[in-house]
Amino acid sequence: MSTTVSPIALPAAAAAVTPGYWSQVLRRLLRDPVSVLCLVVLAAIVCGAVFAPWLAPGDPTVGSVIKRLKPVGTPGHLLGTDELGRDMLTRLLYGGRVSLLMGTVPVALALLIGGALGMVAGFAGGRVNAVIMRATDVLFAFPSVLLAVAIAGALGAGVGNTLLALTIVLIPPILRVAESATTQVRALDFIEAARATGADDFTILRVHVFSNVIGPVFVYATSLLSVAIIMAAGLSFIGLGAKPPTPEWGLMLNTLRNALYSQPLLAALPGVLIFAVSLCFNLLADGLRSAMEVR
Amino acid sequence: MNGTAMNGTAVGDDVKRPAMLASVRELSVRFASPQGAVHAVNGVSFDLAAGEVLGLIGESGSGKSVTLRALMRLLPESRTRIDGSIIVGGRNVMSLSRGLLNEYRGGTTAMIFQDPSLALDPVYTIGQQIAEAIRQHLDVSRSEARARALEALEMVRIPSARERLDSYPHEMSGGMRQRAMIALALAMKPRLILADEPTTALDATVQIQVLLLLRELQQQMGTSAIFVTHDLGVAAEICDRIAVMYAGRIVETGTATEVLRSPRHPYTQALMASTIHGSMRGQRIEGLAGSPPDLARLPAGCAFRARCTRAQAGCADAVPELLPHAGHAVACHVAQATQPLRAVPA
Amino acid sequence: MSAVMQEAAPQGAAAMVEVEGLRKQFRVRGAGFGAPAKVVHAVSGVSFSLQAGQTLGIVGESGCGKSTLARLLMGLIPADDGRVSIAGANLSQDAASLKALRRRMQMVFQDSFASLNPRLTIEDAIMFGPRVHGVPPDEARARCHRLLERVGLDPARFAGRYPHEVSGGQRQRVNIARALALQPQVVLFDESVSALDKSVEIQVLNLLRDLKEEFGLTYLFISHDLNVVQYISDVVMVMYLGKVVEIGPAEVLYERPAHPYTRALLASMPSMDPQRRTLQAPISGDPPSPIDPPSGCRFRTRCPHAAPVCGEREPALVDAQSGGARAACHLLDTASGHPLAGKELS
Repeated sequence: MSTTVSPIALPAAAAAVTPGYWSQVLRRLLRDPVSVLCLVVLAAIVCGAVFAPWLAPGDPTVGSVIKRLKPVGTPGHLLGTDELGRDMLTRLLYGGRVSLLMGTVPVALALLIGGALGMVAGFAGGRVNAVIMRATDVLFAFPSVLLAVAIAGALGAGVGNTLLALTIVLIPPILRVAESATTQVRALDFIEAARATGADDFTILRVHVFSNVIGPVFVYATSLLSVAIIMAAGLSFIGLGAKPPTPEWGLMLNTLRNALYSQPLLAALPGVLIFAVSLCFNLLADGLRSAMEVR
Repeated sequence: MNGTAMNGTAVGDDVKRPAMLASVRELSVRFASPQGAVHAVNGVSFDLAAGEVLGLIGESGSGKSVTLRALMRLLPESRTRIDGSIIVGGRNVMSLSRGLLNEYRGGTTAMIFQDPSLALDPVYTIGQQIAEAIRQHLDVSRSEARARALEALEMVRIPSARERLDSYPHEMSGGMRQRAMIALALAMKPRLILADEPTTALDATVQIQVLLLLRELQQQMGTSAIFVTHDLGVAAEICDRIAVMYAGRIVETGTATEVLRSPRHPYTQALMASTIHGSMRGQRIEGLAGSPPDLARLPAGCAFRARCTRAQAGCADAVPELLPHAGHAVACHVAQATQPLRAVPA
Repeated sequence: MSAVMQEAAPQGAAAMVEVEGLRKQFRVRGAGFGAPAKVVHAVSGVSFSLQAGQTLGIVGESGCGKSTLARLLMGLIPADDGRVSIAGANLSQDAASLKALRRRMQMVFQDSFASLNPRLTIEDAIMFGPRVHGVPPDEARARCHRLLERVGLDPARFAGRYPHEVSGGQRQRVNIARALALQPQVVLFDESVSALDKSVEIQVLNLLRDLKEEFGLTYLFISHDLNVVQYISDVVMVMYLGKVVEIGPAEVLYERPAHPYTRALLASMPSMDPQRRTLQAPISGDPPSPIDPPSGCRFRTRCPHAAPVCGEREPALVDAQSGGARAACHLLDTASGHPLAGKELS
C-alpha cells in the first residue's frame, strides 16, 4: 500500500451483486399471498379514508330525520343510513380517517420513543438500564386497557388525548422488545469489533445496533397496530375517544347499538371494518416476521 | 490389512474378517433447501468389524457428520431423503419401528457429541441423567440404576465419582463434562459408539487424556466405533481404519497406517500437506487452493478435480469408483491409472 | 503505513508492543443467595515486549487468560493495573487516545461470522473503520476495494455481498481486510484461524505471512493450536491460569521446553503416526478454575515435580538453561529450595 492514498478509478459501481436486506425482505413478503391480500385490503381502506371527500357520496355530519336507519342497499345510500339519517358509506369512509389515525400514530410515536429508549437502555446497561426499565415496569404493571382508560379519562375525551393515552400505553411493550433485542446484539462480536475500530457509542448504536434491532421491533410494532386500532375504537365506544359528531368506527358502533336488533347488518358494519383492519395488520406482521428470516 | 472394497458391489467380501457389526451400502442423503436438493452424502459404503474403530476424516461439508447422524437416524425425516441400506448388528436401521429405534439408540448404539454442554441437560444432575438412560433400557430399580451410574462414572475415571453423581453439568469443567458424556454413552454397554469430534472442543492436555480413555474403554469392552474428526492426529491415535471423505463420497480408505503413511488420493495427500507441523516453520506451504464444491450443484465426474493439481481430461467424465489399490482403496482416475492395480493381499 | 517502514529499520529499536505487570480481575456472583462475590484472576501480572516486525504466539488452555489479554491490549476493557504501550504510545482509557490507538493496532476475532454485522455489506463493513476516522467515502471505498483485492477477494464480486453469502474462509479474509483498513502497525489475531478447515487455514496463514511482509506488520497471534503457533511465531509465550509460565524464541521453546507445563503441552499433541501412538497422557486432570487459583506456582496441582516450596512461593520468570527462553519454575532456580532444582529432568 502506498503512503499517499491515490484515488483509483473504481469499476463503475458494478459491484451491486445482491440487493439490500430490506428489498430482499420486501420481495419475500410480496411472494406470500396472504400478506399481499392484507396489503391490498389495507391499501383500499386507507385510500378510501384519504380520498373520502372525493369518494363519499354525501356529507358525514349532515343527516336527514326522515331517512333514519335505512337498510343496506337503499337507492342513494348504498350502505344505508345511521340513526341520524347520515349516509353510512360516507361516514365509514370518513371514519377510517380518525380510526386509522388513532391506531397508527400512537404506534409510530411509541416506536420512535420506545425504540430509542429501549436501544439506549439495552446498549448502556447498568444504571441507565435499571432506571429506564423500572420506570417501564411501573407502566407495564397496569393492564393496558385500564391504563388507556385511566389516562384518557383523566385527560378528557378527544382525539388528541386518545392519541396521547395510547402512545403512553404502547411505549412499554415496544421498549421492552427493543431493549431485549439490543441486549442480544450488544453481546455479539461485531459490536466489539466496531469498538475496536475506534467508533464511539453513538456511531455504534446508529450503524450497528439500529440495523439489527429495527427488524424485530418493527415486526412487533406492526402487530401492535391491530391492538391500537381496537383500543382506539374501544375508547371511542365508551365515550373517551372521538366525540360526536366526528365519524369514528368505535363511536359509530356505540351510537348504532340501539339498532342492533332492527338493522343488525347496518350496526355491524363499523365492527367489520375494525375487525378487517386489525386482522390484516396482524397477518401482515406474521408475514413480515417470516420474510425477515433471510437464510 | 483388510481389503474390503468400499463400493456397493462389495468386491473382496471373501476376505476373511471378523463378523461385521455394521454394514453401510450406497448410503446417500439429500436435504431439501431453497437452492435445490443438497447432496450431502453420495453413495457411501463401508463395513465395520466388531471391535474395530473407523475414522471418517474430512473437512466441513464432506458429509462425515451427516453419515454419522444417518447411522443414528437422527436426521430430520421430513426434509431429508435417505437411500441405501444401513445394517447394524444384523438389523436394518432404516426400517426400525419407533419402539425398536429407541432401543437401538442408546442401547445398541451410543453417540458422543462434540459439545457436551449442549448434549447434556442442564436441569438434571449427571447421576439423574445416566440413571434415567439406564432405566429407559433396563428394567431396574432406581437405586440399582444409580449404582450403575456410579460405576459408569468410575469407569471414565471422574475423580470423587460419588459426589459427581449429584453435580449439574455446569458445575463441571469441560473435560469432566465430556467424561460424563462418555459415561452416559457407555453405561448401556453399546456395541457401536458413534463419536462426532468428541475431543475437538477440549484443551490440548485434556484432549489426549479423553482420547486415551476412549481408546482404552473401547478396547476393553470390544466395542466398535466410528470416529468423525477433521484432525488427522486424533485419527492416528485411535483409528484402526480411516475413510477420507470429500463432497459426500469416500475418496480413500484403508488401515490408518496405510492411509496416513502412503496416501494415494490427491485430496488425502493435500490434506496431509495442509496439516501444519513444526518442521514447516518459516516455509511457505502450498496447501489446497479453492474451496469444496457446492453440494447443491455437484460437478460431473470427480468432485475434487477443480482443486486437483493432477486432474486430467478424463476426470470430468465419470465419478471415479472406489477400487482396491496398492493396499487400500482409492477413488481417483489418475492414481488408478498411474499405478498398476495390485491384488489386495488377504 | 510509511511509519512502519521507518520504524522497522533500526535494530534494537524501542519495542513495538510493551506490556508490564498487566493485571485484570473480574468479580462474579457467588453460588447461592447472598454468597460472597468471587474473583476471577484472569490476567495476573503479564509482562513482555515485542520488537517491530516480529510475531508473538500466545498459547494456553481455557482459563489461561489469553482472550482477556487480547481485550486488555486492545483497550476494550480497562486493566486493573499495569502498563501497555503500542508503538511508543501508552494505552489509557480516555476516548481520544483510545481512538488513536485503534489506528495503530487492530484485531481479528475468532468467529468470522459473529464479528461481522449481518446487515452490512462487506464493503460497508470494511469502510466503517476508515469512515469513523474521518477518511472521505471515496477514498475509504478505494482503500476497501484494494484490500479486498489484496486478500484474494474480487471486489466486483464480493463488495456488495452480505456476510452470510460467503464461506467461512472468505469471511475471515474480509475480517483481515477490515483490520488492515485502518493501516495499523500491529494486528492481534484471537484464535482467528481456529474455526477454519485445514486447507483454508493454510491459505489464510499464507496470506498473513505475505501481508506481514508487505505492510511491515507486527503480529500478536493467540491460538490453542501449538502447530500453528510454531509455524507462524518468532517468539512464543505460554500462559497458564493468568500467568506467563514460559516465553522465548519459538525454536528454543519447542526444541527444549523448560517449564513442566510447556513440556506437558507439547507432549499432548497427538502423534501423526498410528505406529507410534501416545501411550500415556503427560499430565492428568483439567486446568483448574481461575477463581481461587492454587497458591504459589499455579501449575503445581498438575505438576509431576511439585514440591512443598511450589505451594509457598510463586516462581519468577528466570532465564532457562536452554538459552534465550525464560520460564517461571522453581526447578530452574537453584536457590529456590526445590529438592530437584537445577537437576536434569527426564
